[in-house]
Amino acid sequence: MATTATHRLTTGSVIDGFTIGALAHRGGMARLWHVTHPDIDFPLVMKVPMIGEGDDPAAIVSFEMEQMILPRLSGPHVPRFVANGDFSTQPYIVLEQLPGTSLYPMLERLPLPPDEVAALGASIATALSALHRQFVVHLDVKPSNVLFRETGEAVLIDYGLARHTQLPDLMDEEFRLPYGTAPYMAPEQVMGTRSDYRSDLFALGVLLYFFATGRRPFGDPQRLSGLKRRLWRDPVPPRALNAAISPEFQEVILRCLEVNPAARHPSAAQLALELKDLSAVPLTARAARLSRDGFFKVLKRRFDPDRMEAMRPQQAAAHLAGAPIVAVAIDVNDGAPELADALLRTVQRVVETTPNARIACLNVLKLNRIALDHTLDEEGRNKHVQRLVALKAWARPLGAAEGAVTFHVIEAVSPAEAILEFARENQVDHIVMGARAASTMRSLLGSVSGEVAAHAPCTVTVVRRPYVAPPEGAGGAEDMRA
Amino acid sequence: MKIAILSDIHGNREAYEAAIAAAQAAGATRFAVLGDIVGYGADPEWCVERTRALAEAGAIVVRGNHDEAIATSASGMNETARIALDWTRNMLPGPSRLFLSRLPLTATLDDMLFVHAEGSRPERWRYVLETEDARSHFEGTAARISFCGHVHKPCLYGTVDAGKVTRFVPGPADIPLLAQRRWLAVVGSVGQPRDGRPEAAFALYDSVSLDLSFLRAAYDVEAAAAKILQAGLPSRLAERLAEGR
Repeated sequence: MATTATHRLTTGSVIDGFTIGALAHRGGMARLWHVTHPDIDFPLVMKVPMIGEGDDPAAIVSFEMEQMILPRLSGPHVPRFVANGDFSTQPYIVLEQLPGTSLYPMLERLPLPPDEVAALGASIATALSALHRQFVVHLDVKPSNVLFRETGEAVLIDYGLARHTQLPDLMDEEFRLPYGTAPYMAPEQVMGTRSDYRSDLFALGVLLYFFATGRRPFGDPQRLSGLKRRLWRDPVPPRALNAAISPEFQEVILRCLEVNPAARHPSAAQLALELKDLSAVPLTARAARLSRDGFFKVLKRRFDPDRMEAMRPQQAAAHLAGAPIVAVAIDVNDGAPELADALLRTVQRVVETTPNARIACLNVLKLNRIALDHTLDEEGRNKHVQRLVALKAWARPLGAAEGAVTFHVIEAVSPAEAILEFARENQVDHIVMGARAASTMRSLLGSVSGEVAAHAPCTVTVVRRPYVAPPEGAGGAEDMRA
Repeated sequence: MKIAILSDIHGNREAYEAAIAAAQAAGATRFAVLGDIVGYGADPEWCVERTRALAEAGAIVVRGNHDEAIATSASGMNETARIALDWTRNMLPGPSRLFLSRLPLTATLDDMLFVHAEGSRPERWRYVLETEDARSHFEGTAARISFCGHVHKPCLYGTVDAGKVTRFVPGPADIPLLAQRRWLAVVGSVGQPRDGRPEAAFALYDSVSLDLSFLRAAYDVEAAAAKILQAGLPSRLAERLAEGR
């Protein structure tokens, strides 16, 4: 370091307008102080790195990384950044103080019910998606780094090991050892890669496994050789440890724990989508497994040089753009085959050019606005199933890879609102939907696609049937559904 | 203060004009030109005179190896460069040649050093291609932040006193040049980029926020290439502009 702070912070001292309060936490790499500032009306903490003779040099570098990354992050899933202190006087970072505690105390009462774990996982995956969209890989996802706001959003804290893929990586060049938390580190992270977003999905998979079974899938190895075991030794399938875990949930957890990042979910948003609705998860051989791989299979993996080669550092910065969630709103009862065809062709182009896209086929089952339908129970269930069948039939010609298409029938009063809500909640990147032909009803009630296009949080493609000149006198009340 | 750093213009008027305009639009209030104003391109005189005007308005300008070869010789260079330099020497009027011959090898401003090539022995025109080259630079110079050119691909090196050097190929994001580190920015080339993108490359540094941006300006590549062919210069010099290689 060119300069080292010699200041001794004590309760009551003032630095750059921040008054130091009580010591909140003393960690291995930094101290956290409660602080106040006359112009700021929310609770604050000041993080001060331990820098001095004998302290871990990684403490300084990881602190610098946080000083670089935190001011560039925004949104509800990260702590709000307030100020950075200069190394020449007193290095510090001031952040909003988050209420509540991390997931860490929950370790005392594991395993948790699978539904509860899946819901936690969905929230964390949503937070990771928000982070990845800001070019940051966290690289230290674990219970003590996850907090929840009073409004319910998961917040990821501690960016000391994180990587911003558009900024220089100070950690990478400084240290040879892989940095991370042993039980949670992805195989590629063990091998030194610090730029793959999917390393966070692996860590989340470890957390889900741990919370649902009470056991860590790869233990808590203390040495590099123990860390590397996860490159070839598969974990005990979670259902073998807790029979309450559904095949669908096991499918999701084991996919997160795939050694090859390319075999995991293509994005955190796609993982969140699955965790929110486990019933829609397409099952593979992972779901059925009840024991670990046999001796010879493991032995072969262990000494397969190709496999090890695949784990060498690889840049995967561009993969997010190639893994969008595309929601296709399909009106299976529209009765306009040209429109259904045009919609299919549009989605087909997406499938062909973006093999990692997740296609979510939506159909809105419209509820009656006024009457509370008592007869609906049986009939409603039937309708729901019919719609699912129709959606699947529509999607069959797409020829998409297994698991790349999911189906969702949503019951709602307003179709446009339902589509918009689905897009917001699931971080949809692109909505594709058909436009109704002009009709009296549409001009009276407004168009669904128009409303969606106006308010969507993402790109919207409105598909029309091929243009043909309207016949004389066309434009009657051909379509009574708005 | 926002300072725009432009290097390796190489007689490409279209690229130079576009880069200056883009820098001004991005809020640059000061300019630094890191040499190789001429060589390869078809508008050496215009580029020298534009640089002289920038210098008269307060710009920092240092000498590159192509600028030096106008007054000395291009004997150490490859054939294409030599042909282009001999042509350029004939095209440049005396005052332009005089301006180039009087440029300094280095210049400093506050905590910044401006130099064409690796800075420990600037007269040797060494390329900064990897961390070892950057280490030589850091060991042989004192400034906290250095800007150089010569290599036609943007890159950023950083270090602390311990001597580890990081290397980073920049993307579109602003990079904070953390105050406790030293930095060497290779700003890329205005007139002949070689990182696979044809747009003129330059850098913009904000000395208050400490943010460094690596920027690009699209320019009329076809016009610049056509002039090179028209001048009878080697056709490879025209082709590579469109490829950015």
